Amino acid sequence: MAPSVPPPLFDKILIANRGEIALRIQRACRELGIKTVVVHSEADSDAKYVRLADESVCIGPAASAQSYLNIPAIISAAEVTDAQAIHPGYGFLSENADFAERVEKSGFVFIGPRADTIRLMGDKVSAKIAMTKAGVPCVPGSEGAMPDDPKEIVKLARSIQYPVIVKASGGGGGRGMRVVHTEAALLGAVSLTQAEAGAAFGNPTVYMEKYLANPRHIEIQVLADAHRNAVCLFERDCSMQRRHQKIIEEAPAPHIPPRLLARISERCADACRKINYRGAGTFEFLYQDDQFFFIEMNTRIQVEHPVTELITGIDLVQQQIKVAAGHKLPFRQRDIIRRGHAIECRINAEDPDRFVPSPGRITSYHAPGGPGIRVDSHVYQNYVVPPYYDSMVGKVIAYGDTREQAMARMRIALSEMVVEGIKTNIPLHQELLLDEAFVRGGTSIHFLEERMAKRKLGS
Amino acid sequence: MDLRKLKTLIELVESSGIAELEIAEGEERVRITRSLQPPLQAASAAAPVIAAAAAAPLATPAALATPPEPEGHTVKAPMVGTFYRAGSPGDKAFVEVGDTVAVGEPLCIIEAMKLMNEIESDYAGVVKAIMAENGQPVEYGQPLILIG
Repeated sequence: MAPSVPPPLFDKILIANRGEIALRIQRACRELGIKTVVVHSEADSDAKYVRLADESVCIGPAASAQSYLNIPAIISAAEVTDAQAIHPGYGFLSENADFAERVEKSGFVFIGPRADTIRLMGDKVSAKIAMTKAGVPCVPGSEGAMPDDPKEIVKLARSIQYPVIVKASGGGGGRGMRVVHTEAALLGAVSLTQAEAGAAFGNPTVYMEKYLANPRHIEIQVLADAHRNAVCLFERDCSMQRRHQKIIEEAPAPHIPPRLLARISERCADACRKINYRGAGTFEFLYQDDQFFFIEMNTRIQVEHPVTELITGIDLVQQQIKVAAGHKLPFRQRDIIRRGHAIECRINAEDPDRFVPSPGRITSYHAPGGPGIRVDSHVYQNYVVPPYYDSMVGKVIAYGDTREQAMARMRIALSEMVVEGIKTNIPLHQELLLDEAFVRGGTSIHFLEERMAKRKLGS
Repeated sequence: MDLRKLKTLIELVESSGIAELEIAEGEERVRITRSLQPPLQAASAAAPVIAAAAAAPLATPAALATPPEPEGHTVKAPMVGTFYRAGSPGDKAFVEVGDTVAVGEPLCIIEAMKLMNEIESDYAGVVKAIMAENGQPVEYGQPLILIG
């Protein structure tokens, strides 16, 4: 059988994002010989990746709503530069089904899943229903949206058993949720969450789930092409969180029986095929008592993708681009082998104790290096961290043959890293990398906040 | 004065931070003065100059490269798109250099996503310069028309 020639990749890709992910996407494009167009707000005119781009287009003032969330401006920029495809990165418009639709209608390729897939998984209620149908175990809860009748709501909570959590269907990523411990607080919490959801997401629909006391956040990376091939690229443990924001991530997840991981991974790959998924995606689970419970799916590349790249040797961003250009995945599930351990620390421009953002000029910057150290960051000496966007200034990823080696390398890297002029959470990372429980592995999603509360009481 | 005593006093002054020591013993008087080296001003002056020179290239090259702001009011592009001087190809341009314009008068078109957007003047005055070319792609904030 004659080997089929893969279709040509794009000539030019428009990067509709900013910060470290814009640089990441640019690097993937440059390696593939693809020209890059970077769109940016006025606040990001001096970004490193803007200067390195083949073309750059200022699309608006600093405010995200008028720049990075400005759909007409982004599509217009693609038109005037004759780009062929748009990579949305993460956050911003990456999971906006309307954007994906308008990009495709305007004649460009959206690097990601189809618009209706994004819509299906973006609505947390419909996502759960689809996953349950596909055989992926979900957190026990309302089979769909919250019933209207208060008596039914109370009955539902009783059957799930307290504590329960009320979640906004249009939310996700930790936003729009409220825990309820007693029946007395239930109905009030439901109407409050509905009101907030309506205001924040334009969708007041809420649903209810069992609130797990001590779960870990375990997620499965998937890749699927437009030819119904879907593979899993192992899991990541992202339990180290503060206010639902991940701070440290690692792959593989420590102390989980391999057969459980294999089983849940196969369910995820299966679900991808059933919903005709295309591109990179992540199935997020809560893991407790040897059980996995699906919470949501992210239909985009994730911040923590480097840890998976390092243990598999697969460039996820390049695979996204190739899949979008119509290529078949160049590997089967049995070809995907993992080796070693990777840990990522998110470096944020914030006060390490009070977590208040710390934008401003980086007067002195020195990145760590050496064996097994990868730094994904767009900052440089004299770069001004703008106050308009999220506070992440970079990611330090350490790879080792074992988890112990990865941790040792991370400690060294953090001690070498210099970021002056702004405050960062490097001291917090240094503490956590020495914390007994973290070093043992397997801490829950409540660990960090409980640890911080204990310190407050002790001090 | 005893020579040994003198030597000890000299050593004392040398090893201490004293600049001048005067001792009177009876009718004998000794004054030992130490000449302190002036600070190496040449070196310390050079250091800040080097640091400033090193910092300059890292400072925003855009700031260094930007030409001085022209006199008058610059109408900038409020959106990304293609700049056109007239409503349709072949039509007369909305404005030429030397024309007087009022607030609200259309100056040009920016085409975005197949829609023609008329850009109105937010300033009254005389058109001093057209700063973009017909058919050129423009970005947000790009200077279009100078009004004086």
